[in-house]
Amino acid sequence: MASTATVEQSGKNLWGGGVSPFKVSYGKLMMWFFLLSDAFTFSGLLITYGLLRYSHRAYEGTIADYVASHDYWPIPEKVFNAVPFLHGISIPLAFVGLMTFILIMSSVTMVLAVEAGRRMDRKNVVKWMLWTIVGGIAFLSCQAWEWVHFIHGSEHGLTLADGTTVFGANLAVNEYGPQLFANLFFFITGFHGTHVLSGVLLNFMVFYHASVGTYERRGHYEMVEKVGLYWHFVDLVWVFVFTFFYLI
Amino acid sequence: MALLEEISQVEVQPVDKSKISKLWKIAGLLLVITIIEFIFAFSLPDNWKLMKISIFLALTFVKAFYIVSEFMHLKHEKKVLIWSIVLPFILVIWLVIALIYQGGDILSVR
Repeated sequence: MASTATVEQSGKNLWGGGVSPFKVSYGKLMMWFFLLSDAFTFSGLLITYGLLRYSHRAYEGTIADYVASHDYWPIPEKVFNAVPFLHGISIPLAFVGLMTFILIMSSVTMVLAVEAGRRMDRKNVVKWMLWTIVGGIAFLSCQAWEWVHFIHGSEHGLTLADGTTVFGANLAVNEYGPQLFANLFFFITGFHGTHVLSGVLLNFMVFYHASVGTYERRGHYEMVEKVGLYWHFVDLVWVFVFTFFYLI
Repeated sequence: MALLEEISQVEVQPVDKSKISKLWKIAGLLLVITIIEFIFAFSLPDNWKLMKISIFLALTFVKAFYIVSEFMHLKHEKKVLIWSIVLPFILVIWLVIALIYQGGDILSVR
């Protein structure tokens, strides 16, 4: 028995047990594999968007002459062009750009919290976790406004072929374009928003435990790293949602 | 009281300034790329559709690379872990090609 243990420790039998072949802790490895599976879920949703978009006709004319219609897929910059407190002014993609900025900045503060944790610097972990939570809540508030605006729609609405006028969008009507466009918007940004919400809750848990000294007594700040991986993943997904939903 | 004294005895290691400045540089890069995406979205002509899509895709993957490799620290992990995470995405590439092709087909019979 003793000889077996010696062989494992010398690294000759990497997958035979007793050593960590990936050189990361169990918790971090499982977080990576969970994120891999979550990335597949988001890939499925975004590829569905691509499939449904390509199965609808594209708008052919110039952007200046664009009007919403159920006959072709909408141009995103003509749909997402509103900014809070600037009613009636068309500023395409500005608000969603601000949301991207907020999420990237909260990702940076999360890296700084992880870095402070590696140095056992409790004060800075608490400070940067708090900023990360603020960023997450700011993003969620922006998304709430974005949803309310999308649901209520414009003042003129869209007049359908049968003469009725619809305002805004929900799962039954859509003034911006084909019905599926609204359904995909709610599903994809909603699924991402749910991830941000659970991320904020996890961040708050880490913030609380760091403040009361749980991790200091434990001797390491690995929990900050694990939740940090999840938070960066949420940022990563937004980078893709931003490109596929708002830019292309 | 004993507990508090124990806590205050934990030694805080000094800050590595070069590490912090590298993080801010990457953050700046991510923001600059996002701004470039905005400029391209509004300055390129309407009919350069394919060109626009390729530029946006390329810039998105540059951003994704920096977030995963530096912020999530994957670049500095063991090779076997890097490949365990990256290789499965071959399946996603296959699904993109298959379903975009399928979408065009659905349009042609609509």
